[in-house]
Amino acid sequence: MSAQHIPSAAIDPKAQPAIEMIDVHKWYGEFHVLRDINLNVKRGERIVICGPSGSGKSTMIRCINRLEEHQKGRIIVDGVELLDDLKRIDEVRRDVGMVFQHFNLFPHLTILENCTLAPIWVKKMPKKEAEEVAMHYLTRVKIPEQANKYPGQLSGGQQQRVAIARSLCMSPKIMLFDEPTSALDPEMVKEVLDTMVGLADEGMTMLCVTHEMGFARQVADRVIFMDYGQIVEMNTPDEFFKNPQHERTRLFLSQILH
Amino acid sequence: MSTAVDMPRFVRARQVEALPPPNLARGPIAWIRENLFSGPFNTILTLVVFYLLYVSVPPLVKFLFIDAVWTGTDRAACRADTGGSESGACWAFIWDKINYFIYGSYTISERWRVNIFFILLAVGVVWLLWLKAPRRDLGAVYFFWVFPVVSYVLLTGGNENFSGRFWLGFAIFGALVIALFAFFAALLKTSMRPALILGGGIVAVIGITLALVDLDFGLAHVPTSLWGGILVTLLVATVGIVVSLPFGIVLALGRRSKLPIVRLASVIFIEFVRGVPLITVLIMANTMLPLFLPGDMTVDRLLRPLIGTALFASAYMAEVVRGGLQAMPKGQYEGAMSLGLNYPQMMSLIILPQALRIVIPGIVNTFIGLFKDTSLVAIVGIFDLVKTIEASRIDPNWAAPTIGITGYAFAALFYFVFCFGMSRYSLGVERRLAAGQKR
Repeated sequence: MSAQHIPSAAIDPKAQPAIEMIDVHKWYGEFHVLRDINLNVKRGERIVICGPSGSGKSTMIRCINRLEEHQKGRIIVDGVELLDDLKRIDEVRRDVGMVFQHFNLFPHLTILENCTLAPIWVKKMPKKEAEEVAMHYLTRVKIPEQANKYPGQLSGGQQQRVAIARSLCMSPKIMLFDEPTSALDPEMVKEVLDTMVGLADEGMTMLCVTHEMGFARQVADRVIFMDYGQIVEMNTPDEFFKNPQHERTRLFLSQILH
Repeated sequence: MSTAVDMPRFVRARQVEALPPPNLARGPIAWIRENLFSGPFNTILTLVVFYLLYVSVPPLVKFLFIDAVWTGTDRAACRADTGGSESGACWAFIWDKINYFIYGSYTISERWRVNIFFILLAVGVVWLLWLKAPRRDLGAVYFFWVFPVVSYVLLTGGNENFSGRFWLGFAIFGALVIALFAFFAALLKTSMRPALILGGGIVAVIGITLALVDLDFGLAHVPTSLWGGILVTLLVATVGIVVSLPFGIVLALGRRSKLPIVRLASVIFIEFVRGVPLITVLIMANTMLPLFLPGDMTVDRLLRPLIGTALFASAYMAEVVRGGLQAMPKGQYEGAMSLGLNYPQMMSLIILPQALRIVIPGIVNTFIGLFKDTSLVAIVGIFDLVKTIEASRIDPNWAAPTIGITGYAFAALFYFVFCFGMSRYSLGVERRLAAGQKR
């Protein structure tokens, strides 16, 4: 009985969830984008979020690093609750990497500078060390030879891999992917997905908004289906694809799986 | 199948004579035809332009160069009744008055100090603007701190003789500044050391500046009422340019701030200054500013329009910079924020470098406008280049019909050289910056 009163984090930090969302609501003016979101993400868990456009899936993961503000409920990331305190938000962002649909690389900086910027300025890492780290991750995403080019000189797939490397340079504990392959030409999707699979294999905690169902089957621990700002269904990929519980999920799957 | 059989009927047995080459596809005549006379409308336009050039250019060349008077010591050279020529520009007048145009009434024995100022200014400008120059960070320190202080001492003579009370006041001010930084550090819950170093640094820089201004270097005092000509024009323009860019950036950021008071203050300043003509700002700075200040406090006669033009240009600069900020995609902000960069880092490392690059043409446009607007300080009795020309024009020693036109031609040449230089430089920078990111 008494053991239950001790916060789990005090016993074992590993047991503390990576992300906790409790009764989260969000409105854009009158529009209720997120309704009653409850989500617990364990460390090392890979979660794929799918759903029709406008269902709030991007908004949900953008709440996790406070690119969007939630109006009700609690979000606790790695033991830190997201409140208005700017300093804590920056702390959370340091530990949460994010990859965007449109890459959001900095076009005025070279690939290497894109990757070393945050380690140098946020983590106060010496420039030389930051460059070594950057080259390490650029090698991992298989584009070390592009280090001195500018983002505009790279293909979409290469740019997205740079964006992943840029996030990894901050050694994040959690990675968020917001439709990372949606803006890519079909033949470039695979190179980005391969990079993400490699990341998943290493035990990174990942939340990924995507419609790549093959990726979901291969790496996800759980698949979440969202519609009208709610989590409609949440299950293991096997169950999710073979045996969807809700009519809405079945309809959605029949549309994207053909 | 049938075509294969039929084909030979349509194949010519004998080779056809080669056609003559097309008439004038290349060469100067073809170029003229293609670019100047490629249709009735373009032909008419070309002819009209040629006619206008014919009407305007030869008389101008004739006046400025062919018929011009190059030597002479007084009006006789430029008057027909005394045997001179009065159909051309009287460059002898400019030559005779050149020192007045450059220095105004600056004490003659002290004019070497102005020359050093010009050299220091040129060094600073080249150091900062030449993109491959070594140690441009030091160049910035030189241009924004060393150069202004040295120039001030050189031009005025320094030796301000601050009283003990002044230094006491400064000590209190310094303590307040450091306390303010410590307070903000505590408020934002950041570490205390960098805040104290920053606050102390600012106080130290101001203190050293004041000490240098206070020291007696044995230079004679030259009151600003004697300054004039190109010296004043360049001074007003430089101060305006150097102040308006950073101040304009601050105003633009303030106008886009989420904090209502900051935003309101920026909007009021920008809209008020932009809604008023520069002449009004200058006259207000000149006559009304002293009314608002305590009786024993006076602002230098030259400093007033200097502040006026700088603030005026800042408001315009703020709107130009805001345009650049608005053109930045939201993704750039989000990319920077998602990496954990704080607001100052995001702005200085990601947003402003890109936003300012977008608005280089607008920034230079404002600079050029400001440079020419400096001639308006003549309204409040400052002897800038145009005013010195005005004053020399009515000199009875040089009373000749072409004197006025020659003087203004000289002013036009001076302004054109500087403005055209700025324009070309900005084009070069744009091209260079674009080259780095081209596909």
